Amino acid sequence: MRRFFTLLARELSAFYFSPIAYVVLFFFLILNGLSFWFALALLSRGPSELTLIQAFFNTLFFWIAYLLVFPVITMRLFAEEFKLGTIETLMTAPVRDWEVVASKYLAALIFYLSMWLPSILYFLIFSWLGNRSVVGTGAQIWGPYLLLLAMGTFNVSLGCLASSLTSNQIIAAMMGLVFVLGTFFLTMINYIIDSSSSPLVHDLTAYVAQLDHMESFSRGIIDTRPLVFYPTFALLVLVMTYHVFQYRRWKL
Amino acid sequence: MIKVEQLTKKYAGVTGIDQISFEVGKGEIVGFLGPNGAGKTTTMRILASYMPASSGRATVAGFDVFSESLKARRHIGYLPESVPLYHDMRVNEYLRYRGALKALSGKRLKNRIGVIKELCGLREVGRKKIAGLSKGFRQRVGLAEAMIHEPDLLILDEPTIGLDPNQIRQVRELIKSLGERHTILLSTHILSEVEATCSRVIIINRGRIEASDTPENLVNQLRTSGLLRLEVKSGSEDPVPHLEEIAGVREVRAVSNGEWRCFEIRIEANSDPREQIFQLAVGRKWVIRELSKERATLEDAFV
Repeated sequence: MRRFFTLLARELSAFYFSPIAYVVLFFFLILNGLSFWFALALLSRGPSELTLIQAFFNTLFFWIAYLLVFPVITMRLFAEEFKLGTIETLMTAPVRDWEVVASKYLAALIFYLSMWLPSILYFLIFSWLGNRSVVGTGAQIWGPYLLLLAMGTFNVSLGCLASSLTSNQIIAAMMGLVFVLGTFFLTMINYIIDSSSSPLVHDLTAYVAQLDHMESFSRGIIDTRPLVFYPTFALLVLVMTYHVFQYRRWKL
Repeated sequence: MIKVEQLTKKYAGVTGIDQISFEVGKGEIVGFLGPNGAGKTTTMRILASYMPASSGRATVAGFDVFSESLKARRHIGYLPESVPLYHDMRVNEYLRYRGALKALSGKRLKNRIGVIKELCGLREVGRKKIAGLSKGFRQRVGLAEAMIHEPDLLILDEPTIGLDPNQIRQVRELIKSLGERHTILLSTHILSEVEATCSRVIIINRGRIEASDTPENLVNQLRTSGLLRLEVKSGSEDPVPHLEEIAGVREVRAVSNGEWRCFEIRIEANSDPREQIFQLAVGRKWVIRELSKERATLEDAFV
């Protein structure tokens, strides 16, 4: 286990001790800021039932920023090691394959979570400056963040899978984007296909509908089904990543 | 320490190495010699547990490199040819990280880092980023991390490639001193390197082992002829016909003309007609500026 933590520490330092991370964070915060401004603009148009949290987490801005982050932070993970050749020294050290995969995944997940932490500030500042009830109450505040964590576990794993499939970071980013958008698209199917024409499709996609999940969580409804679904599928995708990694590393 | 039996590796139809077998005993410094593409790197990667073989068996310290890969890797320190390093890390940081990966920790890790930094001359560059190091230093960092856990076996793929002559000498001295405590398998296509550092040479070509012996034995076995260099001022006389008459002289080749003529004289093995050449020159009142015998080197054996 100590080896795992050594790898994890190294991966985290690769994230946080590089200027690239802060550039990415900077632009992400700009997107977040714009999202927040957009939410406020929405609410200031007139009286509305929406809380600030709901307005923030259900806009197009939010979803675009949210989805684009994953390929960006995960494209480097495996592809770079293969490209640079450092995979050779990594895999000739006495480390297990799963330790490598797990440490990279966890480091990316931790980085992703830290990207969202500053947004809590927006709501804190707003509730301190103005009307606390507009922001939301209780589960309406931490619900979305819990869902972000759960969805993050899933999407980061998709990004890891994409990165492990190629040595080229750009291809990894594109594939990651396709994976993430593809699973997100399942949500959209709900809106495109009429519920009466194929109820089976409608019901199935209702389970994986990311849009709907966020909507109910931001209303304060903590549904444990998505909280189980996302990490479980993340595990599945991680196992796939592990096998791809093993194949690439041993087949050569 | 190393036992290789009928090892074969095929890449997409092309055979990289073809049923090679050899052994390396504890404490030996063995050189893998061969032209580019011969199979040296392939064999080393298989031994370092980076690649699987297509067939055959290889064991390091008694552990099969494929089925007991983790155990085998604990006894190996590997330096790949490209010396891949993490450029954003500092030297100290990198050595600490690699040491920790190889199950070193705490005081022992600190000690080992100090020792190998001293050994590899990295004391001043500890805080520098690897991206800012020259090639020679990067090579030293790679070598340092390969031996940080005091492995029984060091596998070094072209350890002196791309270094300047000074650095080459330093690395060779280092390898020789390491050979006292570790078993070393190194690969190179620089012949003087194996002559300088190795106790045994394995010549590999096109995936097959051609020879395996000490450098001196190989040179002796394959010595078929020698070479003399002659630089002589013979006035208007052409020395070639006279030289060719001397017993033991096989062929005379003029290298340069002018007032001083240079010749390369191929002579029979185990013959030394230098005295006759000298007498010839004295008799004809020529002046000799150089008359030397080139030692048959491993290069001749290689070629």
